[in-house]
Order: sequence, then structure tokens, then C-alpha cells
Amino acid sequence: MYTPHTPEERRAMLEAIGVQRIEDLFSDVPAKYRYPKMNLPPAMTEMEVAEEMQGLADANLTVKDFVSFLGAGAYHHYVPAVVDHILRRGEFYTAYTPYQPEVSQGTLHAIFEFQSLMCALTGMEVANASMYDGATAVAEAVNMAYHVFRGKRPKAVLSAALHPQSLATVHTYYDASDREIVVPHADDPTADPMRLLDAVDERTSLVMVQYPDFFGRVYDFTALAEAVHAKGALFGVAVNPLALGLLKPPGDMGADIVTGEGQPLGIPLSFGGPYLGIFTTRKKYVRKMAGRIVGETVDTRGQRAYVLTLTAREQHIRRARATSNICTNNALMALAATVYLGLLGKDGLRRVAELNYHKAHYAAQRLAALEGYELAFPDTPFFNEFTLKTPLPVAEINRRLLDYGIFGGYDLSQDFPSLDRHMLVAVTEMNTKDEIDLLAAALDEIAREAAA
Amino acid sequence: MSWKVLPNLKYTKNDEWINPEDGTVGITDYAQAQLSDVVYVEITVSEGDEVQKGDIVATVESVKAAADVYAPVSGTVVAINDELADTPEVVNSDPYGDAWMVRLEIANPAELDELMDADAYQQYCEEREH
Amino acid sequence: MSEITLREPLLVELSSPGRRGVRFPAADVPAADLPEGLVRDDLPLPELSEVDVVRHYTRLSQFNHAVDIDFYPLGSCTMKYNPKINEDMARLPGFAHVHPLQPEETVQGALALMYYLQEYLKEITGLAGVSLQPAAGAHGELTGVLIMRAYHRSRGDTKRNKILVPDSAHGTNPASSAMSGLRVVEIPSDARGNIDLEKLKAECDDTLVGLMITNPNTLGLFEEHIDEVVQAVHDAGGLVYGDGANLNALLGIARFGDMGFDVVHLNLHKTFSTPHGGGGPGSGPVAVAEHLVDFLPGPIVAIVDQDEEDDLPTFGLVMPKRSIGRVKAFYGHFSVMVRALTYILMMGAEGLRQVAEDAVLNANYLRVLLQDTYHIPYNRLCKHEFVAEGRWEDAPGVRALDISKRLMDFGFHPPTNYFPLIVHEALMIEPTETESKRTLDAFVAAMKQIAREARENPQVLHEAPHTTPFGRVDEVKAARELVLTWFDWNR
Repeated sequence: MYTPHTPEERRAMLEAIGVQRIEDLFSDVPAKYRYPKMNLPPAMTEMEVAEEMQGLADANLTVKDFVSFLGAGAYHHYVPAVVDHILRRGEFYTAYTPYQPEVSQGTLHAIFEFQSLMCALTGMEVANASMYDGATAVAEAVNMAYHVFRGKRPKAVLSAALHPQSLATVHTYYDASDREIVVPHADDPTADPMRLLDAVDERTSLVMVQYPDFFGRVYDFTALAEAVHAKGALFGVAVNPLALGLLKPPGDMGADIVTGEGQPLGIPLSFGGPYLGIFTTRKKYVRKMAGRIVGETVDTRGQRAYVLTLTAREQHIRRARATSNICTNNALMALAATVYLGLLGKDGLRRVAELNYHKAHYAAQRLAALEGYELAFPDTPFFNEFTLKTPLPVAEINRRLLDYGIFGGYDLSQDFPSLDRHMLVAVTEMNTKDEIDLLAAALDEIAREAAA
Repeated sequence: MSWKVLPNLKYTKNDEWINPEDGTVGITDYAQAQLSDVVYVEITVSEGDEVQKGDIVATVESVKAAADVYAPVSGTVVAINDELADTPEVVNSDPYGDAWMVRLEIANPAELDELMDADAYQQYCEEREH
Repeated sequence: MSEITLREPLLVELSSPGRRGVRFPAADVPAADLPEGLVRDDLPLPELSEVDVVRHYTRLSQFNHAVDIDFYPLGSCTMKYNPKINEDMARLPGFAHVHPLQPEETVQGALALMYYLQEYLKEITGLAGVSLQPAAGAHGELTGVLIMRAYHRSRGDTKRNKILVPDSAHGTNPASSAMSGLRVVEIPSDARGNIDLEKLKAECDDTLVGLMITNPNTLGLFEEHIDEVVQAVHDAGGLVYGDGANLNALLGIARFGDMGFDVVHLNLHKTFSTPHGGGGPGSGPVAVAEHLVDFLPGPIVAIVDQDEEDDLPTFGLVMPKRSIGRVKAFYGHFSVMVRALTYILMMGAEGLRQVAEDAVLNANYLRVLLQDTYHIPYNRLCKHEFVAEGRWEDAPGVRALDISKRLMDFGFHPPTNYFPLIVHEALMIEPTETESKRTLDAFVAAMKQIAREARENPQVLHEAPHTTPFGRVDEVKAARELVLTWFDWNR
């Protein structure tokens, strides 16, 4: 129980208020609604709830119990010990949104660092203080581009190689609105990105791609960005920020908006959330960017200080005229990413990215050499995820892999019927050579047993 | 409280002023006082645009508020003040002069009669301030 | 020109070339060729040691006020104590290290947790279906508006494009409606602080999608005509959306479903004790009445197999039949759900009711002790919060802002300022149930002293805060000279 009052204190307070009983404080609630019976389990003590929750936790297998090659938008990476120690400081996690800067400089300062780090990674000029996740960040990019052109260009052209859940979110947000969401070549999701231009015209506000894309592929989008700009539209890229430890940033390719899913930056898998939406853009568009923004200033004592700025864009001031409704964001996860990047630094992030790259390429080479298996895109570069063609349905293979203590890669046929027997394999710094060799041996055995 | 209200201008309920002679439009001294320090002005129309009475022609932002500026009458935009983007504070210091926002070629002069004159506007401001 | 002093450097200023924080093992596989033309030349990240990082963030944390430090009476935010057991449970390896795309048979514990939370939230709200997917209150609102619109369209009712919102509403209400492409009409409040019933009825026509209402409202008052309000909207074929941000006042006291609400969002990071995190993450589940259950965003958790009544059920992820679709990736903020379920299990029905009782007791106690010192425009029995005016006729120039800044010198976080918009110089005070009488009495003493200072020594208020690590900041400078990253410095 967290309510501290003693019976004497309650009595004294009721007397001060001028009522007899606590029930009198609810006389304004119609009697027919008052004191409903709620069918909930009886209250537990802390000891009991700990046991109950442990029981639920024990009913799960984790990526620590099994070897995992699952990616598809959430990745098993190493989170250094320091990150959670900082996140567990009550001064950070029990604080509110920093609306009163005099007593929130810890939070504000850290957010300013987060914004700077996101621009460092993406090559963009401004960032907001976070959004819910990568998928909603894509939806907000569509929204922002719409407002940049004041509704005169209602169409957004989105690559079918964006994460299917990002596309699904965009559709939910905008299908019944006056925005036109076009996903060209959805029947051929692995088509060359340049073919997106087929759908771009003077009604297009945004063309958006993913880097690496959902199938793991990495492209230099410079030419595409140029072509999109020639048609007067904005170019957006959704990224895996860890890949940017190694790969050319979209800012250098001509992107106008770069969003991302920040989970790989020091945030545990946690069955899907909370993760971290990253949103960056060019300075000239900053007023159309949704979300909180921290700016640098001084205080009355001459100290450098930070404050939420450009607040006139936001819902608490613009109300119905705000470009977005976002209020609470994922601030604590942004802090996690900031501490993670602070710890890894220039050298560490490059090293982790390289480990991911080399291990994934080793795995690709070993698996492609197995009979019945081949790489779907042998000529296209990839980062830490690649698409493998399999001799059996992926669902069947994954069922069998469980017997080896392995979570196999993502079954692409779930989202793309044309990609039956295509597995999306993710390899990170957490996968040892032995584990990769085990996967190869298991896949080989599974194929042979099926053929027999 | 007192606000500067110029006798030769016409005023709207949304605190815009218009000069009936040359069609210049801006926001009033009362408006800038409500907003306090203006940090940004965006003119959202271009020269040559046709606007209806009530269309948004600009947005003014301060630290604590944002306000849309609406065309007091219908007309064609013949000039915009693109210096305001660099010196937004002029809205506070000279709302009727250097902080003009757009100039309209007035389509229908009869629409001016629907607006308040200086005395009516002064009274309107006083009514709101209690 | 005075010098600017530095209280704490930024990461980039603490950086020293060659410093390493965390090391990684050497690659145990051969190096592959890097992709030509796609490798970045330069990675402009700072370089710090582990000690640097730990000290930097520990020092920064000392600049924050937090619930773990002292009173935080932010109206509408429900800054209650965040139980530490919640933090431990969220970090159990069996929860923290589960990948969302694992086979369902390997995540039955996580699915069970979500299922029970869905069920308990149905009980608490008196509604028929719940989706845990929305990430925050505003996200839940957007979801709710999309559900209402989908419902009308499914019945061929495409004329409806209007949402009604009280003028006391939180800004996210009109923003969420506008984001869904709907027309927002504000309904004024009446003299008693309720939504104006006649003006509401005037807008109840066949273009109405629904009404978004907060009950108790942002003045902390229970709507005196709630039945008529709901009736008027339903009679016009519209739906009633409840903003559940103020549920702390009604836990176990009244249920949205019983009052006829069709769709509601909850804020787990307010009512259900999950921490605010400096701005998030939150969680904004949506609960709906029977006729809207099919439209919930998904996937949600359901029992997909159960041989016998008493057998352990098998849980699975399902998409509701006419779902509006997904509103984000994966299933929602799972580790926030862990915290909320831990809390509900520890409270039980009795405990939740006591939460509301003490929240309302504390708010009324403060109201009554402050009513002679601060003008409270709608001064009657309140629920979990109330709104006072931060100004006095005989203390010209003193505003809510000054009072708030001076409260910091007493070790308190100020109440919510300038909201709701319908009260001048509003101070919205929500103590929550986890504050003791002693803290409340200390807060009253501070507020009374500030009222005296306003007359006797207003300068002390205008220049406050005095004892915090930082003073008031120049917000105009921040907005006019945009320095939004350390790359913006002119070096």
C-alpha cells in the first residue's frame, strides 16, 4: 500500500473539509454508479506479487535461453551495465516532462545531447526529443511532408520495402483522410528502389524508403534523392541507427527527413516495447517537425541552460491547429540511447557495427553454401540482416530449429505471399561463430531429413 | 491598460488591421501584447495569390502562443513583407508600421464596411480585458 | 557582455580523442569486404571513459526534481509514487529478453500478462474490450477517434465529420481529432464548470461523430449532468469518448462503461503508477463498449485454445474482426504493462478504491485549506484535483508563473500552470493519494507564505527561484536563436 494516512489523520482531514465520512466526498457521483463491484484478484503483498510475476516470466523463453537469429525491426544487442544504472536513478525516471526548466536541467541537458547524437548519426540538422517508435515516426514523416506543402501535395509514395508494420501504421493513420498513401509495386516488394519514381508526380510531397530495407538490403539513395527533388518532393529515409555506425548516413545522400527505430541503441527487447522513435530533418523544416525540441539558452544567473523551445507548434498551444497530437514521448528510452552512445563513442559504435556486419556476412556465406539454400539477393550489400531462400517452408524449419535451441529468422511469407520459403536472418554481435555454425549444421540437417 | 489604435485603419474581431487605402494588413498592438515576445512570423501566401476573406495569410508565433492571421477582406496579394522572417520582434515594436504583413488589392470594397472602426475596436479590446 | 558559465559540460565537451568507454570482443569470424561507396568517412561521436559517463549523468540527475525527491502536484499528470517492485518486475529476464516475433508457444507468459491486464482494465472501466497497443494518452485518443469514425462508416454513416470538445479539454483532444481529419467544435463550460448542456445539445446533429469528454473534468469537477450529456450525444447517433486521464478520482468509485461511455483511453503512467520517465514512455490503452469491440487496433491477446474449462489456456495474438489496423509496431509498451499489472495485483479492488478515496481526500483537504488565500473559481466539492487562480487584485504584477517559481525554493514542484484555459492564471493542483498529511500541510504553509510575499515583497517572487541550481531561463532567446544541437554552435 502506498497511501500513507493513519486513521487519525483521515479523521482530521475529513473534519477540516467539513464532511463526516470519506463516502461524502463522492456525493456528486450519482448513487446508481457509485461503488461498483470490480472482479479483481484479492490484493497481494509485494512478496506474493513477486512470485506471481516470476511465474509469468518463467513461462517465456528468452534470447538468453535460446540462440536467436530474429530481427525484423527488433534486435538482440549487448546493453552495457551503465545504461540501466543511469535509467534506474529516481531523479531521471520519476521526473515529469521538463516544462519547468529550473528544476529539470538534468532531463533537458540529456535530451539536447540526444538530439545532437541523432544528428551526428543521420547527418541531419535538427532532431526532436523522440517519438513512440520507428513505425509512428514514419507516419509522422508523412504528416510533416503534407504540412510542408500545406496540403497542396496530398500524396506520399512509400517503398514496399519499408517494415510492413510501419506501412500498416501509416495506413491506419491516413487511409480515411484526404492524404493519398501510395505503395507502388507492392506485389513486387523487392523491386529496385528507383522504380518508386514511377509513382511520383507534382502531387507528391514525400518519397520514403528504408535503410537497410526490410529485406536487409543497403542501397546508395543519392540518385533517387536527386530524382525525387527534381520532381519537387521531399525524400525520407527510415534507418536502423546502429547501421549508421558503419554506413554512409542518409543526410549525405540528400535526405530531407530521416526517421529511425532506436531500439538497437541500448534498449532491451522487452516483447516489443517501449522502443524509440527517432525523427530528424533539415533546419529549414524545423517548424513543421512534430514532437518536443530542446534548445540552448542562458538563465538569469548567466549559466548555460536548456529549455523546451518552439513550443508554439505543439498541441498544448496550437490545439486543433497543431500538426501532430504528440505529448508524452519515449524520453527515458532516448536517455538510454544517449548513455549507450556516450559509452560506446566513435570507436565503440564503429566496432559494434563491424562485428554485426562481419558475423552476418560469415553466416550468409555459410548458409548459402548449404544444399537447398541460397541468398535471395546475392549481389546487393547488406548490414546485419539478409534474406535466405529455403528448401522448406520457413514455419516448418523454425519449428524444427526450436529442438536445437534456436529461434530461426523471420518468415517473410507472413507478410508477402510471393516470398514463400524466404527467411530473414539477423546476426548481431551477440551471435558467436559457434552459434552460427550450429545454425548452419541445423539447417543442413533439417533439409536433409525432409529430403529423405 | 491602453493599446494603440490608429484612427485611419479598420479592424477585425481577430485583431487584424487593414489600411483601406492601400490594402496593407497586419496585427494590432493589442494582439502583439497578448502574444508577448514574437519569435517567428511566417507569411503563408505568395504574391499573386487570390484570397477570400477569412483565409489564413500568415502565422505569428511567440514563446507561449501561436496565432493565425486571416485576410480581413477578399483580394489579390500584391506584396508580402519578407523581412519579418529575420526580424520578428518588429511585430512587438511597430505593429502598424514595419510589421505590415501583406498588401492586398481589395476585390470588394463593401467588405470593408463589415469591419470595425477605431472606436469600435477600442471598445472591443476593453470589453475583453476584465 | 557578461560571461556564460557552465554548470555541467556536454558529452562533446567532455570528449577526449582516443578515450574508450565500452570494449567489445574481437571478431571470431573472418572480416568480409565492406560495401564500396557505402562506408561513412566520419562518425562525429564523442569519446568518453566509463567513469566520465557515469559521473556526467549522475551529476545531471542532481539538477532534476522528481517524485522520489518531493511533492509534485502537477494537475492532470497524477504524479503518484512509482513503486520500486514495478521496476524489478519489468526487468525480470523472462520479460526483458523476449523478442516480440518469437513463436507464440515460447511467449505464453508475456501473452498471459497482457491478457490479464486487458481483462482487469475491462473490469475497472466496466467496458467490453481493451487494446493495450497505443503508446501514450494522445495515441489512445487518436485511436479512439479512428474507432468512432470507423464505426460510423461501417454503418454507411459517412456524413459524420464533427467532434465536440469542451473548452476545458487538454490540447491533445482537439489535436487528435484534427489529426484524424475531423472538424473540431469547442463547447463552452457553464458557470458551474460543467459542459454547457444547451450549447452541447445545439451541436448534436447527424454530422456528429462524437463528444470527447474528461470526467471528472480538468477543473477537477464531476460533470453534474453526465447522464444528460451522454443521452444527448447518443440521441443524435454520436458516440461518447472518455479521456481517462483523471481516472485516479474514480477508481472503484464509478466506471465509464456504467455511465454509458462508448470508448475510453487510460494513462497507465498516470493512474496505474508507471513512471513518467522525464517525458515518457507512457502507455495509453483503449477500452470500448461491446458494439466497438471489433474495431480495436491489434493485434490483441485472446485465448486461442482451451481444452477444458479448468485447463491452462493457450494465448495468442489476434486481429479484431474489423480492426482499424495497427497504430504502432508490435503490441504496445510491454514493460510499462508489466509495471501496471504488478500495481493492480498489489492493490486489488479494495486498494484501488482506496487510491481514489485518498486522492480525493487529499485534494479537498488542500482546497479547503487554501480557499481563503487563493481564489478558487469553481469552489465546491472537487475530485482528485482543483484549480486556483494565481493572482490577487491587491498584488498587481504577481502571476501564476511567479508563484510557481517561488514554490521551487520550498522544495516543491509547482502545480500545472495556465491550464485549463478557462481559468485566469490557472494553478491546477493534484496531490495524489501517496502524499502524507505532513507534506500537504507543508505545501499549504508555503502557499500561504507566498501569498504574503506577494503583497509585502513581490520582488522575491519575480526573481524566484533563488535556491535551485538554475534560475529562470531566457525562452525568447531560445526561440529566436535556435541552437538545437551542439553542431549549431558557431565555432
